[in-house]
Amino acid sequence: MEEFTLTSQLFQYLITGLTIGSIYAMVAIGFNIIYNVTEIINFAQGEFVMLGGLIMVFLHVAAGLPLLLAFPLTVILVTLVGMLLNRLAIRPIRQPSVLTLIIATIAASIIIKGIAMFIWGKDPFDLPAFSGRTPINFFGAIIQPQYFWVGGFLVAIVILLTFFFEKTITGKAMSACADNPDAASLVGINVNHMVLLSFALSAAIGAVAGITVTPISLMEYDRGAMLAIKGFGAVILGGLGSFPGAILGGLIMGTIESFGAGLVHSGYKDAFALIVLLAVLFFKPSGLLGSIEITKIKKF
Amino acid sequence: MPKKFVLIATVFLFFMGAVIAPALADSYKVGAVFSVTGRTSFLGDPEKKTAVMVAEEINKAGGINGKELELIVYDTEGDATKTNLAVKKLINQDKVCAVIGPSLSGTSMAVVPLAEQFKTPLVSCAASYKITWDDKASKPRHWVFKTPQTDTMAVDAIYTHLKARGIRKIAVMSVTTGFGKSGHGELLKLAANYGIKVVADESYGPKDTDMTAQLTKIKGVGPEAIVNWSVGPTQVVVLRNWKDLGMTKIPFYQSHGFGSRKNIELAAGAAEGVYCPLGAVNVAQILPSGHAQKKVTMQYMNNYAAKYNEPLSSFGGHAWDALHLVAGALKAVGCDRAAIRDYLENKTSGFVGQHGVFKYSPSDHIGLDKDAFLMVVVKDGDWALAK
Amino acid sequence: MLRIRTFPIAIFALFIILFPWIARFIPGIGHYPDLMIFAGIYCLMTIGLSLLMGYAGQISLGQAAFFGIGAYVSGILTATYGLNPWLCMVFGMIVAALVAVVVGVPSLKLHGHYLAMATLAFGIIVFIVFNEEVAWTGGPDGMSGIPVLSLFGFAFDSLEKYYYLVWFFVFAVFIFTINLIQSRSGRALRAIHASAAASNAMGVNVSRFKIMVFVYSAILAALAGSLYAHYLNFINPTTFDLFFSIKLLIMIALGGMHDIWGAIIGAFLITFLSFEWLHFFEEFEVIVYGFILLVVTIFLPHGLVGIPHILKDWLRR
Repeated sequence: MEEFTLTSQLFQYLITGLTIGSIYAMVAIGFNIIYNVTEIINFAQGEFVMLGGLIMVFLHVAAGLPLLLAFPLTVILVTLVGMLLNRLAIRPIRQPSVLTLIIATIAASIIIKGIAMFIWGKDPFDLPAFSGRTPINFFGAIIQPQYFWVGGFLVAIVILLTFFFEKTITGKAMSACADNPDAASLVGINVNHMVLLSFALSAAIGAVAGITVTPISLMEYDRGAMLAIKGFGAVILGGLGSFPGAILGGLIMGTIESFGAGLVHSGYKDAFALIVLLAVLFFKPSGLLGSIEITKIKKF
Repeated sequence: MPKKFVLIATVFLFFMGAVIAPALADSYKVGAVFSVTGRTSFLGDPEKKTAVMVAEEINKAGGINGKELELIVYDTEGDATKTNLAVKKLINQDKVCAVIGPSLSGTSMAVVPLAEQFKTPLVSCAASYKITWDDKASKPRHWVFKTPQTDTMAVDAIYTHLKARGIRKIAVMSVTTGFGKSGHGELLKLAANYGIKVVADESYGPKDTDMTAQLTKIKGVGPEAIVNWSVGPTQVVVLRNWKDLGMTKIPFYQSHGFGSRKNIELAAGAAEGVYCPLGAVNVAQILPSGHAQKKVTMQYMNNYAAKYNEPLSSFGGHAWDALHLVAGALKAVGCDRAAIRDYLENKTSGFVGQHGVFKYSPSDHIGLDKDAFLMVVVKDGDWALAK
Repeated sequence: MLRIRTFPIAIFALFIILFPWIARFIPGIGHYPDLMIFAGIYCLMTIGLSLLMGYAGQISLGQAAFFGIGAYVSGILTATYGLNPWLCMVFGMIVAALVAVVVGVPSLKLHGHYLAMATLAFGIIVFIVFNEEVAWTGGPDGMSGIPVLSLFGFAFDSLEKYYYLVWFFVFAVFIFTINLIQSRSGRALRAIHASAAASNAMGVNVSRFKIMVFVYSAILAALAGSLYAHYLNFINPTTFDLFFSIKLLIMIALGGMHDIWGAIIGAFLITFLSFEWLHFFEEFEVIVYGFILLVVTIFLPHGLVGIPHILKDWLRR
């Protein structure tokens, strides 16, 4: 075998880091969308990713539907779950406070996870890669074609969302709610609908993340919690509420984790993301691209 | 005042749990604690199924000296506290003659003091040698036995094979759970005995979905073989990563946790050519016809498949061994806890089980040695005996 | 809610003292005193958490870490080094207090989601350390050989003896905490919960109080951890995972966050659900917990303790 140089090793860590970072970025974007409109941190965000993967397995592998049909169908189903979450767990709360909302989303994530365990059991499931598994050699590092799908979907989501928020009426209405819900409702925007839409969008994005990552690392019922925590780390790192911050935070988080596991100590891999999260919270809670003013204006 | 009502209401709720105990039948009661559900249900579920099947078989053949074998199974969910409570309940409330299980080393350690405290024989289905060996007193625990092979035996089997192939430099990967760390410890400890040098030592979490970082590091060091110690999805993911990174020229050895055809399937072709040590129960069909365990393993394989409509699991075999051992003791000495213990310790020589031929003694409550493992290789998507 | 009456406490004490005797005579619940030991250990934690969340209004999703710190400090110092268990217990509480200060000072400057996430991350990091540092903690396989507690030769080695030991601690802590709530410090706490800005204006040192409550809850959790370790004589990291922190949250939410009796009731109910009444659901008991949490959050934000008030209001109409 040819020599596997340090440069190749570093490239490998970078590539895997960016790939998993794209997933964290998608989770982070989902967090931000809900947070911006409602100031709620949705602890169940990771479960959307898990459901995306598992439902896709059911539709594409078990039921045999073709990829092009199963993909959008999965996204729609997970979106429905997101909307149900909003209607059944968040809306009914009469006197929302930070504590009750956090507890409500935690409760929802436990329930979703339990139901997933009931339906799919505890085994991991696999999806065939979208375009095969022939690896591409890049200066000694190996790139799986599926990595490009993950990155590609991240880019697509970013473009679509930017267009949505800046060019469509609904998108602008949502941004208005994010800035000032009272003023928004005064101009006739139905805030409740916007909240529902934010949950729907977040769920959809989470589903895409789940579908694209399952061919790489399988998917099982309890993947959600750690994804949510690391996704949240990415959000805080980038700056809570900041869209480009979520992307930056996610990619950096994934890269730190990959390099940390490779160069420092692999047993503590999960701890790296958490230490980064704590460091940001303690020293610069507004994150890289956020600002202190925004954090002060928000109710929570 | 309102608080008092709530309190009294809570008090009443306690008595909600009161159940009239069923009338005592004329039977031999054996208690079982397994992690039937929870994170390690892949261990406890087949163990429970096997134990239930064995009890039925024994009763259908007339019971033990005419008395029914009554198996009481509690689910520990893999939780130490629940296991502790369950074993106390079995011993004190249900008054069982002996206890089989638990499924995990951790939960076993949580109840080992109970066996000693309440003087009840316990036959664990978990791997760690510490379950039966009291380090402080340097002798086996008086009331505790176990049926699975130890990790030392598995590592010995792997290293013997590696040495025969002339391999000197290996990379070790392990998962950060009890199973992984135990194997990891043994791998490092025994390497020198076989002239093997461990040139890389990587670990990963049980929920990790990607080991390319660790494998990348290993690739950079250039070992002659990789030994991976894990159970659960990570042992499949690591194989896929190994293949995806183009490292298949480096021979790959798994732990005995790999023993299930499902793992081969999930690896999607990446398991081809992978080695692992397995107990005879896993490879009943490819055992030579003169092999001591051929008959019982073939029988178990067929009966389990017939009853449960699913392939057997390696771990169920530990429960088979444990319950048959206890049943044998009951047959000889009846429901006398101390006599059962003595019988197990002294009269179990040559017991043909699923995972080996057992022989307990006052200095050995494990009963097996490294011959309880066969080296197996994955060939054409199925097991084959490794040369 | 402001004046805690002594009569209910006396009744409760009587019940606890007599329960093991009663349980012997009722078939089927002979093992309940065993469960009550765990309920007591959990009560120690929920009392602290209730003070932190209900009275001081702070969120902590990492209490399992302090539970673990108490358990492991006691375990390591007694099993590996053979030191006096009571000293180790105190030492465990000191370590937990120090960690609480180190983590608490920067965390308690945050609020809402940030604080929740900081405590969550902290809890998980401590869990990972318990798992990884095999040389100290025995790693995932756990640590056994933790000795039994004894005082002047009297060993707490039976179920009954440990039961009374644990509940002695629970009552001591309970009464101490009630006095704390009714003291000047307690009033300051409740003022902070209502409005930090106003309290600050009134001269209350808000951050100092928050840290003190956080430390107090950590100390209680460490005490609970030590008692747990000396009872099972074995500990392993899974007991101290994120889900346990969430379970504590469920206990408080179910019982009632803003009332110290809620802590007791919540701990009792979840203990019995967990180890006895939800056997039918096996591993799916988690779904039940999720539902309990959700239903309580939506319909009973003041927990079960708040029911009599709701009934009173409803009857008045």
